[in-house]
Amino acid sequence: MGKTIAEKILSEKSKSDAYAGDIVVAEIDQIALQDGTAPLAIRQLMELGTEVRAADRTHFFVDHAAPSPRRELSNDQKFIYEFAKKVGADFNPPGEGIIHQIMVERYVKPGDLAVGADSHTCTYGGIGAFSTGMGSTDVAVAIALGKNWFRVPESFRVQLDGSLPKGVFAKDVILKLIGDLGVDGATYKALEFHGECAENMTVEERLTIANMAVECGAKAGIFESDENTRKFLAELGREGDFREVKADEDAEYEKEIYMDVSSLVPVVSKPHNVDNVAEISEVEGTEVNQVYIGTCTNGRLSDLEVAARILKGRKVKEGVRLIVVPASRRVYLQALDKGLIRVFVEAGGMVLNPGCGPCVGIHQGILADGEVCISTQNRNFKGRMGNPNAEIFLASPATAAASAVKGYIADPREFL
Amino acid sequence: MGRAWKFGDDIDTDVIIQGKYLVINEPEELAKHVFENLRPEFAKEVKKGDFVVAGENFGCGSSREHAPLALKATGIEAVIAKSYARIFFRNAINIGLRVLECKETDKIEDGDELEVDYEKGVIYNKTKGEEYPINPLPDFLKEILEKGGLVEFAKSLRERA
Repeated sequence: MGKTIAEKILSEKSKSDAYAGDIVVAEIDQIALQDGTAPLAIRQLMELGTEVRAADRTHFFVDHAAPSPRRELSNDQKFIYEFAKKVGADFNPPGEGIIHQIMVERYVKPGDLAVGADSHTCTYGGIGAFSTGMGSTDVAVAIALGKNWFRVPESFRVQLDGSLPKGVFAKDVILKLIGDLGVDGATYKALEFHGECAENMTVEERLTIANMAVECGAKAGIFESDENTRKFLAELGREGDFREVKADEDAEYEKEIYMDVSSLVPVVSKPHNVDNVAEISEVEGTEVNQVYIGTCTNGRLSDLEVAARILKGRKVKEGVRLIVVPASRRVYLQALDKGLIRVFVEAGGMVLNPGCGPCVGIHQGILADGEVCISTQNRNFKGRMGNPNAEIFLASPATAAASAVKGYIADPREFL
Repeated sequence: MGRAWKFGDDIDTDVIIQGKYLVINEPEELAKHVFENLRPEFAKEVKKGDFVVAGENFGCGSSREHAPLALKATGIEAVIAKSYARIFFRNAINIGLRVLECKETDKIEDGDELEVDYEKGVIYNKTKGEEYPINPLPDFLKEILEKGGLVEFAKSLRERA
């Protein structure tokens, strides 16, 4: 019987013939942790009291509070650094960038099994890896043993047909899909993306979509690896890491979902749930106080490029704060070389160091009571950006940039 | 026996414990901030043995293990929900927070007195004189719980290697 990508990768890593519903113990290729979840994982690892078998595959990142705004967090970050040095694990200090961006730039390969103590670890499905978020204790076990248990998920085959119209981006596609499925519409499942639109997407676009798989409850969001993946890795000097990952033709899916992207329009998620999706025309004119362009969802070069295209020669509306955060040091340098950073600064925006920025509500851009933010991030939960009395709309970088210029939620199509 | 604290669908981890408290590592301190924005009185008034009762997709969002840790430290007996988000459910089992799946939580109202018989897999609603079945856990998860959580289970996994 044919296999889905999830079944193939989990079979290979568990050296067994695994299908949906099976529980397997599998060898893990890459492990990632961030400063919010790592301290707890390290304490659990100490509790386990065993040798650390997978230190060479373990990567620590300080991105959630980077640089630290409080001494308690500084102490946590020091604790992580000292532990990483002690066991010989990789440590990425503040300024390197977001955990998921760097894992994709440097470490994760197509066909890998990766886990991370962060729910958006599912991002790596954009290059054909099986990756999923876990809690600190699960990740501690992965670091100690180099393996953990997995239930092989059933897969939904998501067929994206057609081509994206002007002003509609990968972000709009995934928001629309989550709006259709609901925030628990794919709980425990893997989303596997196929179709003309998926095949034509750049890896950066695929990463945006895979990143948000968890927002409809999915365990993973996976694309096949192909020539676009090879090119992406080659640009990073990692062509040797390429490997073809494909689903079998006769693989079995629990559900098949079809979406013709040609008929899509720009969309947003309204407060306070990601599946509260509306077409741009329904919310156009809503005043905004802050615009945030960045995060593991939309802080990559192509995201900054489209935002800069809209902001070039224009000004951010008076009374609006525009915050731009490149996803990694590499993205930051590329944006500098291409003159994008100058565009943001000249338009009246702020550019902060690579990291999660205001998305988690710990520092850098906490909203005031009654304020409205439009953001390219992946979550708009109540209180997400540090204030339960504020509202967050989710959108593509183009919609966010257009809104920064207008001072209200705006349709990006008139700028493109 | 304990009272039900009733919540709706899609209770996310930011609502259970806000991101700004991730700096706290003592469960008892975390417990003081549970549901702070949604139901500020909860953390002050919850008693040992009470139940958090909710609808679908409880614990969606972040992978933060602080969420089940904080709930456990409030002293609640268990969470009872129609369904759970994947990462939260796994975290709860790993750290030993009882998470019961029951499709009939709509029948439970805030303040109802509940009691659970784990052997029989039944929730008794003393206020209403009703009983509701609990969906059983898969055997593999029972094995983890019987071993006393994932840390102990992992030690046995290591022997298997």
